[in-house]
Amino acid sequence: MALSISHLLGLEGVSKSDIQTILDTAESFKEILSRPIPKVPTLRGKTIVNLFFEPSTRTRISFELAQKRLSADTVNFSTSTSSVKKGETLKDTVRNIEAMKIDMVVVRHAVSGVPFFLTQCMDAAIINAGDGIHEHPTQALLDMMSLKEKFGTLEGLKVAIIGDISHSRVAGSNIRGLQTMGAQVLLCGPKTLIPRNVEELGTSVNYNLDEVIEWADVLNVLRIQLERQESGLFPSIREYHAEFGVTVKRLERANKEITIMHPGPINRGIELDSDIADADFSIILNQVTNGVAVRMAVLYLLSGLEGSVD
Amino acid sequence: MKMSLKIIAKIIDDEGLKRTITRLAHEIIERNRGADRIAVVGVRTRGATLAQRIVNKIEEIEQKKVPFGILDITLYRDDFRKRLKQPIVQRTDIPFHIDGIDVILVDDVLYTGRTARAAMDALMDFGRPASVQLVVLVDRGHRELPIHADYVGKNIPTSVGEEIQVRLLETDKEDCVLLVEAPEEEN
Amino acid sequence: MKKSDKILLKGGEIIDPVAKKHETLDVAIIDGRIDKLGVIDEKSFSGKVIDVSGCWIVPGLIDMHVHLREPGREDEETVHSGCAAAMAGGFTAVCTMPNTSPACDNQNVVQFIKERARDELVDVFPIAAVTKNRAGKEITEMGELVKTGAVAFSDDGRPVVHSAVMRHALEYSGMYNVPIIDHCDDMDLFEGGHINEGKMSTWLGIPPIPDVGEEILIARDILLAKYTGGKVHIAHISTKGGVELVRRAKEERINVTCEVTPHHLTLTEDALVSYDTNLKMNPPLRTAEDITALKKGLQDGTIDAIASDHAPHSIEEKDVEFDAAPFGIIGLETMLGVINTKIVMDGIITLEQAIEKMCLSPRKILNLPIPGIAEGEHANLTIFDPKKSWTVNLHAFKSLSRNSPFGGWKLNGFVRCVVNKGVYWENSSK
Repeated sequence: MALSISHLLGLEGVSKSDIQTILDTAESFKEILSRPIPKVPTLRGKTIVNLFFEPSTRTRISFELAQKRLSADTVNFSTSTSSVKKGETLKDTVRNIEAMKIDMVVVRHAVSGVPFFLTQCMDAAIINAGDGIHEHPTQALLDMMSLKEKFGTLEGLKVAIIGDISHSRVAGSNIRGLQTMGAQVLLCGPKTLIPRNVEELGTSVNYNLDEVIEWADVLNVLRIQLERQESGLFPSIREYHAEFGVTVKRLERANKEITIMHPGPINRGIELDSDIADADFSIILNQVTNGVAVRMAVLYLLSGLEGSVD
Repeated sequence: MKMSLKIIAKIIDDEGLKRTITRLAHEIIERNRGADRIAVVGVRTRGATLAQRIVNKIEEIEQKKVPFGILDITLYRDDFRKRLKQPIVQRTDIPFHIDGIDVILVDDVLYTGRTARAAMDALMDFGRPASVQLVVLVDRGHRELPIHADYVGKNIPTSVGEEIQVRLLETDKEDCVLLVEAPEEEN
Repeated sequence: MKKSDKILLKGGEIIDPVAKKHETLDVAIIDGRIDKLGVIDEKSFSGKVIDVSGCWIVPGLIDMHVHLREPGREDEETVHSGCAAAMAGGFTAVCTMPNTSPACDNQNVVQFIKERARDELVDVFPIAAVTKNRAGKEITEMGELVKTGAVAFSDDGRPVVHSAVMRHALEYSGMYNVPIIDHCDDMDLFEGGHINEGKMSTWLGIPPIPDVGEEILIARDILLAKYTGGKVHIAHISTKGGVELVRRAKEERINVTCEVTPHHLTLTEDALVSYDTNLKMNPPLRTAEDITALKKGLQDGTIDAIASDHAPHSIEEKDVEFDAAPFGIIGLETMLGVINTKIVMDGIITLEQAIEKMCLSPRKILNLPIPGIAEGEHANLTIFDPKKSWTVNLHAFKSLSRNSPFGGWKLNGFVRCVVNKGVYWENSSK
């Protein structure tokens, strides 16, 4: 039962059954993580390169852990230790890496479309760990897995994504994946941080957070990049917190059960109150655990396709 | 494998299967002097079903609970790179500590020994059992690894062109063991 | 390119939009001049005879917006290779943009380019920079530059950002009746963008360039042209709103003209799905709605000219992640074919109108003489077969660069030969 895709570049165009397979497989993998020896020999002999052209701690550690749990050999390549800074082109860099006989590449890059670009210059299976402001599919998959654990199904679930939609690849993948799985998605944030043609993604927008909370089963709260304020996209941290911060007060006023997610790292007291982040209706830490399971599932499912026939 | 299956012989029928399970349960109790320190773990899918039946029988005889677990060995297989289709990974469920316990490992058919090897590898990742004893319903020979079963339902010498099919009520709507002509794909 | 004292073009159809001539006549060219028009017996003709039956013979076409990377990036294009590409594309004249290195902002560079082009069949008319080093601050020595041979001023690649500088440039160049060609985009809105703000920028996560930026600068330039009486030409117009602004300005008789490229008339942002950097140009590909407006602009005369914005880039520069790739595509060798196939044959404008927009109008805008097809005139001719089809093969390009999105397109309109300056070039591929 393999996937119909050979790379995970994004959730754009990925079928419901493929997403279902990934989520089901991830659930099985989650059990491995709780074993005394949380490691299986499945990807023994497979070599995976983590190509991180952008600083990342969480995602890289999560991928690395997933790879180690599956017994793959991993190599890390990040800009600070690479030849990229010496003016080598991306194509040459990846061709060089490919010549070292690798099976899979996990890539993060500040430019949208780089994972697709890599599929054009090498044969290895490519997994997108975040490209520019485009997609971050494994983050959305782990978000969906966490929601499925809590609600049993994604069908009909009302998910609001709150914050800087324009610059968020997490939103980019969640919007696509959730809708494929039958959930409803509503976006909320300052208009300056919502893409102009957002209706193209099949979602709607509401600028009133209280109304959004009224509507939603789940709030996926995005991290606000503080440098956006400097470029004039919102007036001040204080105003952002007042208008779009998910606060204890707001939730009390709404007086309803609601699930809180956040892809991390959290700006406590800005987009999300500390008390909420740590509350039992927040599934933020489940998201982190599920991240490893989902990435194991993706690595496993994409490894089997290539060279599977003798 | 589904199409035009050619049956050579029915080796065990439903009554026979019941008797075999009962005998295996007795042998396990006898060898381990009761059921105090044992746990039974079945290999997905049919090994798990057989293991459940053996557990039921032991509990009936000894009148006490026996820990029961299920092992999915997909991730431990050594043939996974050679397979055309990627197997579905299912959950492993071993809700007890296996350290210091005599683990009774149950599978339906013992053939090359590779499945048993994978199952033992998987089991070891859960801890350090006092011993592992292997139960199989059918031993059909042709071993490729130095593995033997401690408890055997029935020894059935086969040729490579043949295959053993264990059919169980829970998954296949009937209880029996068939000797069939092997299709292209080996399990 | 061959010198020939005597050429006979046999059996072609002469289309001269100036003289409103449209008839099948043989053309005898002797010493670079049209010696005779009429039925000429090839047996009695002692020179080279070229059978051009089925072809149109038109006044030599001009591409008023090309980048020939000399001086500075001779690996991408030289004056010589650019002229070869121009001939293959059916052009006997090109106007070169000043964003070379060093920039064409002084008489030396203008002279250098003219010198490089001296022995070419193609007339190369340099466009000089509006501001020194194209920095947008101080205007260049426009009077001297015009005398040296600059036909227009432009900081193309970027707009003249400051309104005061644009005002003074229009006032100053207005003294010589030479146009300022402006690349219209509001740089604050453009900041960091790579493709049109719209469906695809949202979809692909690529930083956007809003169309309103182009409109804002077109509006400013129109108002400044009106205020100063200067002459402004809008380069590569790409937006519906921009066309509407120019239309209204022309109704008010403001001195504004504009051009459009073949790619903005035929490709939309939708083509970007595969992050192909050969679809990355500035202004970016827009929407089907914009194309409809551009076509309407061609029909009603709002859009005066068609130009390629031929912008060569090396493979190494283009074969990179999308955001890192430079803007621009080449177009000299495909323009005539693309316009004939996608605009003329689709009934948007007639072939005569297309010729006008690639010959008469640009020459009028730039105060250049218009070649006539009459006995005694200098022979400056483009001869092409409008029906004959060919498939675009990037590797057969005369240009040194390959960055075209038109590879593999089947086009009608095959350039047979060009004649100018006493020499002719004949297409050797059949």
